[in-house]
Amino acid sequence: MKTKIILLAAALYTSVSFAQKLKGSDTVLPLGQKEAESYMKSNKAAKVTVTGGGSGVGLAALVDGTTDIAMSSRKMKMGEKMKLQEAGKTSKEITIAYDALAVIVNPANKVNQLTREQIEGIFTGKIKNWKEVGGEDLQIVVYSRESSSGTYEFFKEHVLNNKNYASSVLAMPATGSIIQSISQTKGAIGYVGLAYIEKEVKDVKVSYDKGKTFIGATMETAKNKTYPIIRPLYYYYLTTVEKTVKPFVDFCLSAEGQKIVEQVGYVPLSK
Amino acid sequence: MKTFYKKFLEKFIEGLLMLSGTVTTLTVVLIVFFLFKEGIGVFNKKPVEEGYVIAVNNKNPINKLSSEQIKNIYDQKITNWKILGAPTDSIILFRLEDVSNYYSDAEIGENFEGLPICISLLTDSLPNIIAFFPEKYIDKNFKGKQLEIDKVKLSEFLTGKEWFPTAQPAAQLGVMPLILGTLWVSLGAILLALPLGLAASVYMSEIANEKIRRIMKPLIELLAGIPSVVYGFFGLVIIVPLIQTTFDLPVGETGLAGSIILGIMALPTIITISEDAMRNTPRAMKEASLALGASKWQTIYKVVIPYSISGITAGAILGIGRAIGETMAVLMVTGNAAVIPHSILEPVRTIPATIAAELGEAPNGGLHFQALFALGCILFLITLFINLTVEFISNRNKYNKH
Repeated sequence: MKTKIILLAAALYTSVSFAQKLKGSDTVLPLGQKEAESYMKSNKAAKVTVTGGGSGVGLAALVDGTTDIAMSSRKMKMGEKMKLQEAGKTSKEITIAYDALAVIVNPANKVNQLTREQIEGIFTGKIKNWKEVGGEDLQIVVYSRESSSGTYEFFKEHVLNNKNYASSVLAMPATGSIIQSISQTKGAIGYVGLAYIEKEVKDVKVSYDKGKTFIGATMETAKNKTYPIIRPLYYYYLTTVEKTVKPFVDFCLSAEGQKIVEQVGYVPLSK
Repeated sequence: MKTFYKKFLEKFIEGLLMLSGTVTTLTVVLIVFFLFKEGIGVFNKKPVEEGYVIAVNNKNPINKLSSEQIKNIYDQKITNWKILGAPTDSIILFRLEDVSNYYSDAEIGENFEGLPICISLLTDSLPNIIAFFPEKYIDKNFKGKQLEIDKVKLSEFLTGKEWFPTAQPAAQLGVMPLILGTLWVSLGAILLALPLGLAASVYMSEIANEKIRRIMKPLIELLAGIPSVVYGFFGLVIIVPLIQTTFDLPVGETGLAGSIILGIMALPTIITISEDAMRNTPRAMKEASLALGASKWQTIYKVVIPYSISGITAGAILGIGRAIGETMAVLMVTGNAAVIPHSILEPVRTIPATIAAELGEAPNGGLHFQALFALGCILFLITLFINLTVEFISNRNKYNKH
């Protein structure tokens, strides 16, 4: 009897020490959930809970100490670093995967490639007709995500050179509606994650060297980093809890974990 | 004893009824108070992110910039100081993350202790710089000049044409396109739904036989039970492409798509309420009219509709209310581009769709958050105004009648 209680207590203790919380980016959320699922399958004692809310929410929770790992689709901002510093904590940043953003158009569109400058012109409203970029005489209809999304911010910073979108840009609440709208609008252009490219839409090749080389968004070009519109996805954790979260983070970085990355539709780390 | 118990029970029920009335009223007042308290807060804030400053070189004659000018500078639409009234010189943009282009990590320091001095030196050495950085990195002997930025003004808020609430460094809070978008879509919806709804209710109450009515009424009421997301998806997949091909438009997500969907959503309310009102017309009145030799149409037009006008008005008000406040379906079909619409065949962005899409990510209590509440206030005032107008008109009609 006594040994049973001790065993039970020990089991409880280990399960508590292995319990960890992940919180943050909705982009990383499906990946985090899948990783947690298979991690718990192979490691019965572990308990990992994953919740979304946005990168900002996750990083704020990390500072407050209400989460063990913050999932983030962007680098920690200056303001967040300062808050962490004020709280006397230090964090560690781990890149767990990459996400490639593809620029997509309607399949009937003859344009197959665009330079970064052309994309900037289109999204900031300077280029209004497809004939200006080598297509037919057709008005360009620009679809974007809502301004609150991290994808919106990333695209603005890395493709639009930090300029604001034109106000005539159509804002869609979700990636699914962008695909739906682009597939039924002839002059449409938009951006979605690599995993969402479907037959109903066509992705265009992108050039970041003023038109010398154009590269299409595929798993291969994203893996070898030749495709330019790619962003890292991060886990952040406090150095004080490194011991508890390390096994899970290591699992995500392992060959098995990286296989899940590819299954979810993100780009695994190249080794 | 029995009567005492009965009396007590009566009093108790009376009290309970009064209490629920009071609670409801109080809740409404509290919500409105909360809405306006948060909404008015936006006019106490500057359009630049809290804790950040914008500074220029000390010799730069400019002391003040509007948020629109700041946005145009950082969008590189204004690239020369001359346009702003300063001596001709191209503008150099500076954001905090650019500091590593000018100074080494060692100079900045591991914990950013060297940052204030770096920024101070930089704004001093570059005469054509404009710098955007956190207030806490202002050096004690800061050699640059901080720009003055006005608080958000009510007139600018209402007449502004650009809605970029998350733009950095300066948010653009112009709600004109959103207000116009809401009005366009709702007006279109009512123009579609009211004639159709009235016709349907006249048919159902006066013309259709009992059997048809028994089938039709539950069917129409069923329309009200469909979730708005389903309407939105239906609109996106069926109505949007239909509009696009019918009018040969570059884009099908238009105000008209929103109007059609909202019109359909408002129909059950309008039909059910006005039909009930029409059926409440006393049989004696109708029969008197027919006995005087009036035809069936004349009876409907001269007796039934005037008698039930208050019910019809109530149906219309509730229908409009549903149209103006509806969020999800509109969010999916109108395209949500924050531009001033010139016709109903252009993408529009409505107030409820804006609030729904943005409130979740807006930092609690910040500028963006409060601006969205101010939008809520505007929506509330629009609905209030419409209700009062309709009430006024229907009251006047009643006086004419007697």
